[in-house]
Amino acid sequence: MNITDLTVYELKEKLDKKELTVKQITQAYIDRIIEKEPDVNAFVTPLTDTALEQADKIQEKIDNGEISATYSGIPIGIKDNICTKGVKTTCSSKMLENFVAPYNATVTEKINAEGMIDLGKLNMDEFAMGASTEYSAFKKTRNPWNLNKVPGGSSGGSAAAVAAGLVPWALGSDTGGSIRQPASFCGVVGLKPTYGLVSRYGLVAFASSLDQIGPITKDVRDSAMLLNVIAGHDEKDTTSIQTEKKDYTKALKNDVKGLKIGVPKEYFGEGINSEVKAALEKAIDEYKAMGATVEECSIPIADYALATYYIIACAEASSNLGRFDGIRYGYRTPNYESLKDIFVNSRTEGFGAEVKRRIILGTYVLSSGYYDAYYKKAQQVRTLVKKEFDKAFEKYDVLITPTSPTVAFDIGVRSNNPLEMYLADICTVSVNIAGLPGISIPCGVDSQGMPIGMQIIGKHFDEETILNAAYTYEQRVKFRDKYQPEFKNK
Amino acid sequence: MEVSKEEILHIANLAKLKLKEEEIPEYIKNLQDILNFANIVNKAPIDGLDTAIGAIDNYNVFRKDEIKVFEDNKALLQNAPEQEDNMFKIPKVI
Repeated sequence: MNITDLTVYELKEKLDKKELTVKQITQAYIDRIIEKEPDVNAFVTPLTDTALEQADKIQEKIDNGEISATYSGIPIGIKDNICTKGVKTTCSSKMLENFVAPYNATVTEKINAEGMIDLGKLNMDEFAMGASTEYSAFKKTRNPWNLNKVPGGSSGGSAAAVAAGLVPWALGSDTGGSIRQPASFCGVVGLKPTYGLVSRYGLVAFASSLDQIGPITKDVRDSAMLLNVIAGHDEKDTTSIQTEKKDYTKALKNDVKGLKIGVPKEYFGEGINSEVKAALEKAIDEYKAMGATVEECSIPIADYALATYYIIACAEASSNLGRFDGIRYGYRTPNYESLKDIFVNSRTEGFGAEVKRRIILGTYVLSSGYYDAYYKKAQQVRTLVKKEFDKAFEKYDVLITPTSPTVAFDIGVRSNNPLEMYLADICTVSVNIAGLPGISIPCGVDSQGMPIGMQIIGKHFDEETILNAAYTYEQRVKFRDKYQPEFKNK
Repeated sequence: MEVSKEEILHIANLAKLKLKEEEIPEYIKNLQDILNFANIVNKAPIDGLDTAIGAIDNYNVFRKDEIKVFEDNKALLQNAPEQEDNMFKIPKVI
């Protein structure tokens, strides 16, 4: 048995039966990181030096009965835009290269309260702006299935680390697909919860009305388990919603008989790779064979939603990133005489090109003369997108689309063409615009052996239905038993 | 959508960013490309629709107006690029 191949569900079983100790598990992950991290480059700040010490403390607490949380002693990796007290939180930006968070994000508090072991902070596109993790200021993460390919983004470090077995599960964040698309590229499971289900307190803000933290895991059961840990109202995030506490694992019924599935045709047309389309069609046939009702439908808003996404996300980013001024924290330029020099030069030298492009777009659409033409229109389109989804969900329980139009692409091929990189978000962004939950699960590989992702979209706060739909398919197809990352081109 | 050099410099100034002379054409091109694409919002059937405030309609969330002191001053100030006597230090402004 290889410890790092086990799901968290399996690890926990073995911990409970005392077949494994916290130290054995932690050591196995440290060994795996030493072996594979040089190929994958998933971590910005690995915490392997302190992990064993943490493991000893947790084991002692377990042995003395001082801790009774469900996932005590389970390691985890955290995307580097989620604050971890006393540990660097860089957002993969030169701007925050030396920023040590003075407080924990609410999700970090929850992870710590469980007694999980933090293996480190994971790489991402700078400030979560990107779809390949190539915009990290520090390093390029590689896709464990083929090291010449990108892992997707922006949570590329989190997805690659889970796929490569460097962490058993991880937290990511998703503003326009940043959990689901890298999960799809790396053949793992990524869940973006409904907006408001998970507290954003301590998540470095990119676009506050779209951002949401969620789990990246090896399988669907683990996804439900990690969602159990992080979901819940938080008075420190006024957009988090008061909902009853649920046990999402109870939703995993391994049965989709009677489930009404809508397949919006707009997400299967031009621009969708033929192998991706074929894999999705095959997956949809599996659902039919399992007793679900499947119907083609139309949600004619894909292009509007993508344009709206870039207007709203960049507008909010230009405002959120206004706080980086070189005064209280973050990079300060050595080149200044006046206070204005500090602002301008710190931002100019501290932000990477993609971040600056988005700040400029965001500032433009909010500026006098263009506000009505772009930002206000985009906010109206947002209402339209929500209405179209509401209409679809009157008829269907879930919607199925590809997660991304293509599989993982080669490192370097898109990083110089921003618009092309933006267009690849077409399948995921409307879910954020409407605040819906969406999950990406692997549904096959293409002729080059690269994983293909299927996105299942649900109604607001109905994570249970998409988790069950994903789980039932996963149990039937057993992707992980058939395909594993091979670290090609090492 | 044409964006002039003056316009991009004005926007950069509002955003407190400095663009190098040689970078300007590329920033203009990137902005034009995305604006040309984004213009599609003007064709969307949105007559009479309200502007959305966010993903979930959740208005006026209040909490008690209580002062909570963040105790760990040291942890805050250790991130300051420059500090003196427990305060952030900036160049003279007057």
